Amino acid sequence: MNTIPLRIADHIKNVPPFSYLEKETLYQIASEVVVQYFEKDDSIFTEGGEIKDCFYLVHEGAVGLFSNETTLVEECDEGDLFGLRALIRKDYYKLSAVAIEETILYTIPAQAYEDYLKNNRQASDFIINSFANKLSGKEMHKRLSKASEVLLEDSIRANFSKNPITCSDETSIENAAQIMTVKRVGSLIVEHDKKPLGIVTDKDLRIKVATGKFSIKEKVIHIMSSPVICASPDISIAEAQILMMKHKITHLCITADGTMDTEVIGVLSEHDIILIRENNPSVLIKQIKRSYSASDLKDVKEKSNQLLQQYIQQSASITFVSKIISEINSALTSRAIELAIEDLGSKPPVSFTWLSLGSQGRKEQMLTTDQDNAILYEGKADPASKAYFLKLGKMVTNILHEVGFEYCPAEMMASNEKWCLSMEEWKGQFKKWIEQPTEENIMFCTIFFDFTSFFGNESLITELNDFITNLMKKNKIFLKLLAKNALQNPAPLGFFRQFLVEDSGEHKNQFDIKSRAMMPLVDAARLLTLESGQIQRNTIERFSSLIDDEDHNKEIYENCIEAYKTLLEFRTDHGLNNQNSGRFIVLDDLTKLEKLALKGCFKAVKEIQNLIMVRFQLAQLL
Amino acid sequence: MFWNRKKYPEFWNAYANSFQHKSPAFEELRFVVFDTETSGLNPKEDALLSIGAIGVRNKMIRIQDHFEAYVNPKNFKKETVEIHGIRRSGENKISEEEGIKNFLGYLNNAVLVAHHAAFDVAMINAALKRMGLPKLKNQVIDTGNLFLKSDFKEPYKEHYSLDHLAKTFNIALHDRHNAAGDAYITAQIFVKLLLHLEKKNTLSLSFLKRPAKRIGLL
Repeated sequence: MNTIPLRIADHIKNVPPFSYLEKETLYQIASEVVVQYFEKDDSIFTEGGEIKDCFYLVHEGAVGLFSNETTLVEECDEGDLFGLRALIRKDYYKLSAVAIEETILYTIPAQAYEDYLKNNRQASDFIINSFANKLSGKEMHKRLSKASEVLLEDSIRANFSKNPITCSDETSIENAAQIMTVKRVGSLIVEHDKKPLGIVTDKDLRIKVATGKFSIKEKVIHIMSSPVICASPDISIAEAQILMMKHKITHLCITADGTMDTEVIGVLSEHDIILIRENNPSVLIKQIKRSYSASDLKDVKEKSNQLLQQYIQQSASITFVSKIISEINSALTSRAIELAIEDLGSKPPVSFTWLSLGSQGRKEQMLTTDQDNAILYEGKADPASKAYFLKLGKMVTNILHEVGFEYCPAEMMASNEKWCLSMEEWKGQFKKWIEQPTEENIMFCTIFFDFTSFFGNESLITELNDFITNLMKKNKIFLKLLAKNALQNPAPLGFFRQFLVEDSGEHKNQFDIKSRAMMPLVDAARLLTLESGQIQRNTIERFSSLIDDEDHNKEIYENCIEAYKTLLEFRTDHGLNNQNSGRFIVLDDLTKLEKLALKGCFKAVKEIQNLIMVRFQLAQLL
Repeated sequence: MFWNRKKYPEFWNAYANSFQHKSPAFEELRFVVFDTETSGLNPKEDALLSIGAIGVRNKMIRIQDHFEAYVNPKNFKKETVEIHGIRRSGENKISEEEGIKNFLGYLNNAVLVAHHAAFDVAMINAALKRMGLPKLKNQVIDTGNLFLKSDFKEPYKEHYSLDHLAKTFNIALHDRHNAAGDAYITAQIFVKLLLHLEKKNTLSLSFLKRPAKRIGLL
C-alpha cells in the first residue's frame, strides 16, 4: 500500500458511510479519489444539470446546496456527502452545489458506490436513510440508541463484573487466598484452558481451610465447589436470582454461551444484584416516604442519579426514564413539603397546591438543575395565609436546595412573594401576561404556562387552567406573539463552526443544545397545544396529542417527537459524562454520526417552525 | 546524426517516443508532481533513495495516478547512513535502474512539477547518467518559482521552504520527509497556486515556466 492513497484512506475512515468498510476496501476507494479545489462561490454542479459520474465528500471547507439558485437548502461541511442521490436515481441534479468558502472535495467515482458501498448493508442503509429523509431525527434516533421501548425492571440485564479474577487448577490454596486478598474479591474462578472448573469463595476458606481440614499448601481444586453454576452474559436479574436461590449459591460464573464448556467472561455475585435492586424506583419511593430530614432525601436523590446513569448506559427508552425520574422528583418535593408543614407546627390555613414550573413542570428534568416553583392557595389574597405559605415556601426551597436542587438565580420560587399567590392573584397575573404581552411577559409565560401540581389540591390547577383557556380564546394576538417568540431561535441548517456555536462568554465555541435545539421544540409544542386548548405539559405528550387532532401533520409531529427524544437523551448522556447540565457541547467532541443525528433534529425544528409561521401568519410580523 | 545514434533500451525509447505526441491544451495537460529522497544535497555524490509522485490534471489531484519507489542506494557513502538514518525496513526496495525505468514508464511526457525542481531533476539525471542514458526530456515547473509570482511573496525574500508554502496555504504536513508524502503536499500547493495565479493571469505552460521577475532588484 502506498503513502498517498493511505493518507486519503486515513481521512475518510471515520466518515460514515465509509466508516463501515474494511480497511482494504477503504484503500481501494481512496485510490480512486480525485482531490478537487474550489474557491468561494465556485459552482460544483447546477440544478437541472446532467449528472456527473461521481459523488462528493467535503474534505475541507463548506458547500451550500441551493434550490432556485438562491434558496439555501442545506450546508455541507467536513465529512458530508452530496451529489449521490441524483447518481443513484439516475436523474438530474435537484439542487445546485456552490462552494461557500474555499473548499477541498474528494470526488469519488460512481463505480466506487456500485462496487463497495451498495453491497455493504450498513453503508447502504446509511446512504438510503440519508437522502430518504435527510436523516430525520426518527431514523437517527433508531440508529443511535439500541433502546427497547419497554423496559421491565426484571428484564434488565444483570451487570456482571467483566474482569473475573481467576487462577489455574495448579494453584495452591495459599496462593489463591493471596490473589483474593490482593484483588479484594470474595470469590475466585478456577479455570483450565480458560474454561471454568470450579469456584472458591471466602466461605470455602473459612469452612474447609481455617478449620484445619485442608492445608494451605494443598491445591485449590480440593476445596473448590464444582461444577460451577454458569450463565450466559444476557441473563436478567430475575433469572440470576432464581438460579442462585435454586442452587443456594452466591456467585454465578458468566461464560460465553452459558455452559461450562466455553470461556469465562465474568462473575455475577449476589452483592451485584443487591446493588441493582437498591437502585430501583419503587424502593427509592418507599425510602423517600420513610425520610425524616433533608439529608435522608439527599441520599435518595443521589441514588436516583445513579439509577439515571444506569438507565442511560443500558440505553433504556428516554420516555420511560424521564417518567421515572419525574416521579422520584415529585415524591422528593412532596416529602419536603410534608416535613416543612410538620416543622411549621400548624396545618395550612386554606387548601393550596405546589406548582412545579419549567422543565420540572413538563416532567422532562433529568439532570438536577435549578428549582422553579410557586404556590397557589385557594380564594382571595389574605395576609395571614400569605405569611404562612411564604414561610412554607422558604422552608421547602431550603430543603430542596440541600437535597441538590440549586436555587433559581432569577428567584422564580415559592419563597418569593411574587410567586406565592392566591387563586385570585394568580388569575390576575395570568390575565396581565395575556392581555399585555410585552417581551418580558411573554418570557414569564414560557415558564409559568408549564405548571404542574407536585403536591396539594389538584382541583385548583383545573380551575386555573380553565380560566387561562377561556382568556386565551379572547386574545388571539397573544398567541401570535407567543408564536413569534417560539421562532426567535431559527433552526440551524447544519453544523457550521461559527454559525452554530456561541461566540462569546464562558461557552465560547460550544453549541448550546438547550436554546438552539430543545427550546424551539418545547416552545412550539406549548404554543400549539395552548392554541387547541389542551392541557398536556410534557413536550412529547403535547406532540402526541397534536397528532390525534391533526392527522395531516402527523409526520411533522412525529419527527418532532423523535428529535426531542434524541436531544433529551443526548443532553442527559452528555451531562452525566461531564458532570454538568449537559447544555453546552464542544463541537469537536462530537462524532460525525452524532453531528448527523443532531442535524436531523434541526430538520424537525425547521419543519415545525415553518408550520407555525404559516398557521399564525407571522410573515408580516417578522 | 542518425548513424551515430546510440542504442538505448526499449523503455527509454518508449519514454522518448511519448514526446512525439502533440502537446494537449493547457486544461488537458498532465502534470506529475514529484519529490526525491536522497542521502544528501549533492546530485553528483549523493544517492537516490526514493521517488514519490502524484498526477494533476485540470487542477485536480488524481490519487490513482500515483507513483512510489524505494531504491537500493547506488551512489552510497557509508557515513551518510548514520547522518540520514535511511535504513528502512519492510519496504519493497528495488534497484535504482528498476526504479528509474518504472518512473519513466509512469512519467512519459507529463510536465514535471517539484519544489525547487532543479535539485530533484538533477538527482534523476545523475541516476540516468549512471545508466548511460540522456537527461530527462520533460518540461519542468518549480513551485518555488510559482510562489514568487504570487501575492504571498514577501519583499527581498527569494527562497521559500516547502513548509513555508504549506503553512501559507493551510496544508497539513502529514508524511513529511517521505518522497510520496512531500509530493502530495507539493501537489496541493501547486493546485492552490494555480487557483491563486489564475485570478490575475491567463494560465499557460510558458507563463508557469517563466522565471519570476525580480522586482525587488530593479
